[in-house]
Amino acid sequence: MATTIHGHGPAETVPPAETADVELYHPHSWITRYVFSQDAKVIAIQYSLTAMAIGFVALFLSWLMRLQLAFPGALEFIDADAYYQYITMHGMIMVVYLLTALFLGGFGNYLIPLMLGARDMAFPYANMLSYWIYLLAVLVLVASFFTSDGPTGAGWTLYPPQAILPNTPGQDLGIVLMLVSLALFIIGFTMGGLNYVVTVLQGRARGMTLMRMPLTIWGIFTATVMALLAFPALFVGAVMMLFDRLLGTSFFMPAIVQMGEQLSYGGGSPILFQHLFWFFGHPEVYIVALPAFGIVSDLIATHARKNIFGYRMMVWAIVIIGALSFIVWAHHMYVSGMNPYFGFFFATTTLIIAVPTAIKVYNWVLTLWRGDIHFTPPMLFAIGFIVTFLNGGLTGMFLGNVVVDVPLSDTMFVVAHFHMVMGVAPILVIFGAIYHWYPKITGRMFNDLLAKLHFWVTFLGAYLIFFPMHYLGLLGIPRRYYEMGETAFVPASTVTLNEFITITALVVGAAQFLFLFNMFWSLRHGRPAGGNPWRATTLEWQTPQTPPAHGNWGRELPVVYRWAYDYSVPGAAEDFIPQNQPPSPTERREAAT
Amino acid sequence: MLIAAVLVLIVLGSLLFHFLSPWWWTPIASNWGYIDTTLIVTFWITGAVFTAVVLFVAYCLLRFRHQPGRRAAYEPENRRLELVLTVGTAVGVAAMLAPGLVVWAQFVQVPEDAAEVEVVGQQWQWSYRLPGEDGRLGRADTRLITPENPLGISPHDPSGQDDVIVEAADLHLPVDRPVKVVLRSVDVLHDFYVPEFRAKMDMIPGAVTYFWFTPTRTGTFEILCAELCGVGHAFMRGYVVVDTEQDYQAWLGQQTSFASLTGGAARADAAP
Repeated sequence: MATTIHGHGPAETVPPAETADVELYHPHSWITRYVFSQDAKVIAIQYSLTAMAIGFVALFLSWLMRLQLAFPGALEFIDADAYYQYITMHGMIMVVYLLTALFLGGFGNYLIPLMLGARDMAFPYANMLSYWIYLLAVLVLVASFFTSDGPTGAGWTLYPPQAILPNTPGQDLGIVLMLVSLALFIIGFTMGGLNYVVTVLQGRARGMTLMRMPLTIWGIFTATVMALLAFPALFVGAVMMLFDRLLGTSFFMPAIVQMGEQLSYGGGSPILFQHLFWFFGHPEVYIVALPAFGIVSDLIATHARKNIFGYRMMVWAIVIIGALSFIVWAHHMYVSGMNPYFGFFFATTTLIIAVPTAIKVYNWVLTLWRGDIHFTPPMLFAIGFIVTFLNGGLTGMFLGNVVVDVPLSDTMFVVAHFHMVMGVAPILVIFGAIYHWYPKITGRMFNDLLAKLHFWVTFLGAYLIFFPMHYLGLLGIPRRYYEMGETAFVPASTVTLNEFITITALVVGAAQFLFLFNMFWSLRHGRPAGGNPWRATTLEWQTPQTPPAHGNWGRELPVVYRWAYDYSVPGAAEDFIPQNQPPSPTERREAAT
Repeated sequence: MLIAAVLVLIVLGSLLFHFLSPWWWTPIASNWGYIDTTLIVTFWITGAVFTAVVLFVAYCLLRFRHQPGRRAAYEPENRRLELVLTVGTAVGVAAMLAPGLVVWAQFVQVPEDAAEVEVVGQQWQWSYRLPGEDGRLGRADTRLITPENPLGISPHDPSGQDDVIVEAADLHLPVDRPVKVVLRSVDVLHDFYVPEFRAKMDMIPGAVTYFWFTPTRTGTFEILCAELCGVGHAFMRGYVVVDTEQDYQAWLGQQTSFASLTGGAARADAAP
């Protein structure tokens, strides 16, 4: 039998196409080519640039809040109102408008059709709409900065009742714009998300079985399915809170006396919102993490010239993590006042997730083992990811284990943990991925030296910021404190530590401009990259043009004969065999025996 | 090359920081030493894993770095190795989860003899209520709150009449006696957090939450709010004073009851 079942060996024949090749909408003006474009690659770049632009706003906000924490009162315009607005907008932008949008809207759009051998997404028009609604969501969010009372300062979790009551900044318009923006984001995402899922299921090239897909696609695909299931919970939560705020309903509002005054609310449940929020919020962590898991697997395999170790286990780990992540949400609520007996269930499910997650870490490390490791910028960022993700994952063992969470919950330990695991780690992957695919997207190489400098400052700096921060939380310093003031149990030396963290944060933030400069400078001055500078196996590197033209593949769609990881195959002339290369005579003989 | 050395330095630096830095938890003042123990167990297990994995990565980076003529091995899977690693991880996870759940079982089961103390949060201060001589807290409702009845105690519930109200002052607790802390909020979410007691719990308007602990040493401990409650969040502080039995009784004698706070009317109304 020539067709191997398990996927590692090449197949001599591939099945005929199940769907006909598509006729694409062809742009006939500059506007339809670059602005209202239906080409997934252009949409991907639009998504990425928008996400990065708003990401720099979030970076700037983090500078301001760090300045307040290290030098309280030094900057007069940072009062308590402003501080809570900064932390809220920083958190929401990073989690939703940057990370989710960049991984799914950016990398998803660019890579799904190219890596699967499709001409474009299944529904290019809805795909275009998806971006424009996302842009509208971002603009509504930005607009809240310019209202009279500024953006909401309710914390990115937007917990009612305080989110919609006086004494919280942005109570008037800020919170309304925030909720509307989230609702828009979810509508836009749904259009894109349905596209990604249908394209993965229906748009693959001949021979591209599910178990031959690169792990990047598995990560993005699973994350998209999860997002389609999780975001509706946030959507209804946002709509219900909007009703509470604007129409006087009491979904989340019990009887309240604020500043001596009886409010007209009554009978609602604040904790209901927390359940809705975290039913979205926990899967959201993996919506960000799974694409990063997938991408980093491909970066490591390509730059270590070695097949990813335990591919099938990696796929199942992604799927199992995705499924489990829907039954762990209340580990964010151990001390929320929910029935404490839930703690037994959620601690158990949470710690079980550690097993498939650990398997992924082992398999990345075992891919390096006996590899041929090239220390390119993508590889360096991938290594940085392993270290920071491992660190952040392990501190998750503290917070997931209900009783250990009790003293640490709502302290700086939590801040350090989630920044390490879903801030630093995925962002390192994003940088690695941008450096990896930049030559394909632009046709030019970036400046290697600048990229390495960017890596060292970002990786070491981020570790120096967040590792010591855990110990501030262990000490008992709560998060979301405008200032600590004089507190008996807090030693004066914590001020020095806070200053150190802030100065490091300023440096790391500044280093991101190196990245920005490199991206723009290399557009014009980078040396031409050629079609496949990393000598990679996956389909996006085998396009007839670089950057790929609209429709990706010229006249003939590619045909896939092998899995995505034929690196350093014994007996092969080169140390990589592209997925669309038919089996060699030797391979045929081997398959026949 | 460089990156391998840096990874070794990260491991060494992290370990040195952990053992030598001055930032560590505050000395405990409650019975929840088990929480600290579980936390230490978790530190050892996760620390060992972090050290082992990062050092192994560093070794791989050094040993298998690209050199002219080098070619990677081809090994798609190794079932035995994958199985061993999976089982090993599961054992490590169980070693952290099992003690954690055992301690949690203690945390959720309030001892029978625990005295109730109610903490009421509002923007941005703490108030307290003790059950008085009958040992029971009277019913309370946010809708009953008036300037004269700041905690919304029902005037029609006889067991509320002798409740002791402590408003905008320190809470005193007797040492070595288990306390069930009953938590209410009248406006937004708050969280009653005393780092030395290790335990904390959110306070939800419209609901009553609780946790329990036993103070184990006398002293004055600062209360912090640990759930974002508006712009004054960082300034919502208070003090718990843990007294000897004698001092506690002396303090209790000076407190006012709900009945005396509202005058005779409420008392007459509710008299049996």
